[in-house]
Amino acid sequence: MRAPDLDALPAIPRDPGGPVFRAPWEAQAFAMAVMLHERGHFTWKEWAGRLAEEIAAARARGERDDGRRYYHYWLAALEKLVADKRIVLADELRERRDAWDAAARATPHGQPIVLGGHERAP
Amino acid sequence: MSHEHEHHHHHHDDDDVQEHRAHDAPLTDVELRVRALESLLVDKGLVDPKALDALIDTYETKVGPRNGARVVAHAWVDPDYKRRLLEDGTAAVAEFGFVGRQSEKLVVVENTPAVHNVVVCTLCSCYPWAVLGLPPVWYKSAPYRARAVIDPRGVLQELGVEVPQTAEVRVWDSTAEIRYMVLPERPPGTEKLGEEELAALVTRDAMIGVATVAAPAGGTRR
Repeated sequence: MRAPDLDALPAIPRDPGGPVFRAPWEAQAFAMAVMLHERGHFTWKEWAGRLAEEIAAARARGERDDGRRYYHYWLAALEKLVADKRIVLADELRERRDAWDAAARATPHGQPIVLGGHERAP
Repeated sequence: MSHEHEHHHHHHDDDDVQEHRAHDAPLTDVELRVRALESLLVDKGLVDPKALDALIDTYETKVGPRNGARVVAHAWVDPDYKRRLLEDGTAAVAEFGFVGRQSEKLVVVENTPAVHNVVVCTLCSCYPWAVLGLPPVWYKSAPYRARAVIDPRGVLQELGVEVPQTAEVRVWDSTAEIRYMVLPERPPGTEKLGEEELAALVTRDAMIGVATVAAPAGGTRR
């Protein structure tokens, strides 16, 4: 897999070896955007533009721009882009998010959180 | 459709910005949204989960501060620190600035010629990623977990770790309260290396007990 062009992105947290992440979910969000791009759902330039818009909007809201929320913006931009492309709709996302939340709350510690089939009795 | 994921009981992110997580919710808002998007993309056939996992795994060492390697190297050169580490892992690791907000205890178990420790689980928040980096993809798979408990020696052999028959294999499964990390054996031929060089040798896999630490290539043995 070729490396995504990080230079095209607004100030991504990185070290000489590539992007760095503060938590596993950030790496997941990063990887999803890279894969959707590779599958041709959007160009990297388009993605960089959407991410820059999201960051600019946050700045306009007065949020401190110290890189700590980078992947919050990344995820928000990705959610909006897939919705605009009608790949995954906002309603679907909301519904699925709530299903995961319910499943996670109903799952005893140490058990895999499973979705679908599903809601075990609390 | 079913998905297996680690779940977080506690807030591992030291982010002090708002995370929108209710007190009783195991997953934060962003974690839930990432899961939602990922599972929908997989359901729709737009993303191959294996390819996605493989990509994420390339960032193995890029998640969290990965203090574990520094902790291991320090324990190798400072016997007093090693004693503290084995006595109270949580406190000893905290000396390195890793102060998790989680209330679980971190227990460090030492590999010796007589005992080889392996950590399983970790479906859940038990995986101390802030210490170890990202968990390996296969780690979460049900077959690995099951086999690691039933036949740890066989699993280790497949992963390239030969544990001598004379050595005992201990398997540690995280609980809601306790997470584990392995203190691997210091490889021979590293007597002259400094702490930083030693830390660079310590891999995530060694700290979960599924690999040994190799001496640097071309390293001189005494």
